[in-house]
Amino acid sequence: MSASLTLVIVMAVMYAAGVYVMLERSLTRVLIGFLLVGNATNLLIFIMSGRPGSSPIVTGTSVQDMVDPIPQVLMLTAIVINFGITALLLALIYRSWWLAQLGDEGDTLTDEHATESAGDADATFRSSSDDDDAIAESIDEFERGDGATSDEDTSKTDAAGRAGASASDERNAR
Amino acid sequence: MTALVPLIVCLPLLGAAIALMLGQRRRLQVIVSVLSLTAATVMSAVLLVLVDRFGPAVVQVGGWDAPWGIVLVVDRLSAIMLLISALMLLGVLLFAVGQGIIDGHTETPVSIFHPTYLVLAAGLFNAFVAGDLFTMYVGFEMLLSASYVLLTLGGTGARIRVGITYIVVSLVSSLLFLSAIALIYGATGTVTLALIAERMPDLPADIQLILGLLLLLAFGVKAAVFPMSFWLPDSYPTAPAPVTAVFAGLLTKVGVYAILRTQTLFFPDNQFATPLMVVAALTLLVGILGALAQADIKRLLSFTLVSHIGYMLFGIAIGTPLALAATIFYVVHHITVQTTLFLAAGLIYRVGGTTSLSRLGGLLKSSPLVAILFFLGMLNLGGIPPFSGFLGKIALFQAGTIVADPLIYVLIGVGALTSLLTLYALARAWNLAFWRPKKQVKDYTSSMSAQLVEDPQDAGLVQKKTISPLMVGATISMLVLTLGLTVFAGPIFDLTTRAAANISSPSTYIDAVLPNGTGSIEDSNVGTNFVGGAK
Repeated sequence: MSASLTLVIVMAVMYAAGVYVMLERSLTRVLIGFLLVGNATNLLIFIMSGRPGSSPIVTGTSVQDMVDPIPQVLMLTAIVINFGITALLLALIYRSWWLAQLGDEGDTLTDEHATESAGDADATFRSSSDDDDAIAESIDEFERGDGATSDEDTSKTDAAGRAGASASDERNAR
Repeated sequence: MTALVPLIVCLPLLGAAIALMLGQRRRLQVIVSVLSLTAATVMSAVLLVLVDRFGPAVVQVGGWDAPWGIVLVVDRLSAIMLLISALMLLGVLLFAVGQGIIDGHTETPVSIFHPTYLVLAAGLFNAFVAGDLFTMYVGFEMLLSASYVLLTLGGTGARIRVGITYIVVSLVSSLLFLSAIALIYGATGTVTLALIAERMPDLPADIQLILGLLLLLAFGVKAAVFPMSFWLPDSYPTAPAPVTAVFAGLLTKVGVYAILRTQTLFFPDNQFATPLMVVAALTLLVGILGALAQADIKRLLSFTLVSHIGYMLFGIAIGTPLALAATIFYVVHHITVQTTLFLAAGLIYRVGGTTSLSRLGGLLKSSPLVAILFFLGMLNLGGIPPFSGFLGKIALFQAGTIVADPLIYVLIGVGALTSLLTLYALARAWNLAFWRPKKQVKDYTSSMSAQLVEDPQDAGLVQKKTISPLMVGATISMLVLTLGLTVFAGPIFDLTTRAAANISSPSTYIDAVLPNGTGSIEDSNVGTNFVGGAK
C-alpha cells in the first residue's frame, strides 16, 4: 500500500497529543483532546484511501486515475458528526462552569422557568441574557470583593461563597 | 415489504421533527411521539413475520448496488431486535408521559424530551438495520447524541458531572469504532458487512486479529464489558427514571448486537472464543460483586446489568447455533426484564421518596402493587424456574455442555454462581425495602446490610409523589411481556433458533446482500491494500 509518510507521522502525533490532553482534568482540554483524536481518525480514513489521484468526478477523468471517493464521503460524515458533538460539549462545559460559579447553590436553585406558560418564549430569551448578566455581575462582585477584603485577610472561598449567594438571590428575586 | 426497512428509521425521525416544531403544544407532541412509536412497533412486527417467512429484506438506498452504495438489511436477528426495542421504547414513553402528567413535565420537559427520545429510537433502529459498518456507526452516533441530551436533561450539577464522564467515554469508543472502520476499509476495500465477511478470511491472521480486537474493544465499551464497564453504574442512575430504564434496556444491547453481528459474520471460525470467555467470566463476577455492595436500588440494578452482559458474551464465545439461539433469547429476556425493574425502581422512588435501602421500609403495606412488580421482576432476573431468565440460562449452559471444554465448565460454574448472587442481592433489596416494617428502619442492624455502600450522589429523602395509573399500567404491561416470554418460550426459542441458523452460516446473509456475487478483488479499483495488493 502507498501512503504518504508525512501524513502517517502527522496522524501519529495528533493521536498521541490528543490522548495526552484528553487525560487532563480540565474540560476544555478534554474537548481539545477529542478534537485532535477525531481529526487524527479522519486522517487515518484519508490515508486508507490508498494512492493519490485526480478528483473522482465521473466526467472528464479516467477511472484509472481517480482517487477512491468512498473514504472522502466517510470523512465528511465523520466531520459533521464531530462538529455537532463539539457544539454539545461546549454547551455542557459552559453549563458546568456556570454551576461551578454558583458552588453548591447551583444544584438547589429552583427552576425559574417551571411555571412558565407556553407563550413565554420571549421571556425565556430575555431571562437567559439576564443569566449571563448575573454571572458577569457576580464575577465583578467577586473580584471587587476579593480586592476589598484582602486587607482583612478574608479567605478567597468566603468571597466566592458570597458572590454565589448574591447571584442566586438575584435569580430568586426575579 | 422492502419499503418498511428505511421507513422504520425515517418515521421516528419525521416524528422528532414534527414534535420539535410543536414545542409549545405539549398534548399534540405527546400524541405525535406515541403515534410514531406505535407505528414503528407495528412495522417491526410485520417485518419480523415477513422476514421469518420469506428471508432477509435488503434495500439498496440511493440505487447504488450493494458493495458501492448504502445497504440496509433486515434478517431475523435484526427483526427480533427491532420489535423488542420498539416495544420497550413505547412502554417507557407511556411511563414518561404518565410521569409528566403528574409532575407538570419538570423531570422530562416535553419540548426537549420527546424529539430527543424519537431520535434515540431512530438511531437504535438504524443500527439494527445497517448493512454496512459505516451506517451502523451513524446509527450509533444518532442514538448516542440523543442519549447525551437525555442524560443531562435539566442540567443539574450531578447530571452534568456524570454526563460529561459518560460522553467522553462514549466518544472514545466511537472514535475507536471509526478507526476500526478505517482500518477495515484499508484492508478489505469495503465497508459493506457482507463483502467484508467474504474478504476477511483471505487476510493474514495477524491483521484479522488486529481488526477483530479493535472492533471488540469499540463495542465492548458500549456493551459495558468488564474492564470497560466502570462508567455505567455511575452515569445511568442519575438520569430521570424513564431515561435510565430505556438506557439500561437498550443501549448496552446495541453493543451486544454489534458484537454478535460482527463476530458471526467476520470471524465464523470463532478465533476470539478464549479471550471472550475470560472477559465474560470477569464481567459476570465483578459486576455482581459490585451489586452486592450497593445500598441504592438503581445502582444495584446497574451493576446487575453489567454483570448479565457476561451471559451474552458467553453465548457468543461458544458460537454454536444452539448457543447463539440461547444468546438471542437471553438478550430479548434481559432487555425486557431490566427495563421493567428500572421502571419499578422509578415507582419505588416515588412512593418511598428515596431508592436507598437504608431508608426504605414498609412498602409492602403502603404499595403492594409495586412490591409485586418488583418481586416478579426479581425472580425473573435471578433465574428462578419457570421464568424466562431460568430458561435462557439453562439453554446457554446446555449449549456449553455440548461443546464440553474445560473453560466452558468454569464459565457455567461462574454463571450459576452469578445467578444465585443476583437473586441474593435483589432478594435482600426486596426484604429491606418492602418486607421490613417501617418502624424498624431506624437503628436497624443486620449482618446482611452492614457492608452496603451509599450512592455518592445520594440526595437523602425527597418528597414522596403519587404514581399515576398510566405509569403503573406501563410497568405492568412490561411485566406481562416478560411473563409472555416465559409462557411462549417454546415458539420464541424456535424463532431465535431460526435466527441463529441465519447468522451461524454467513452465506445466507452474504447471498441475500450480494445476489450476483462480488467479483474478484482484482476487479475492484478501490484501496486493496492488503488483499491481493501487497503480496
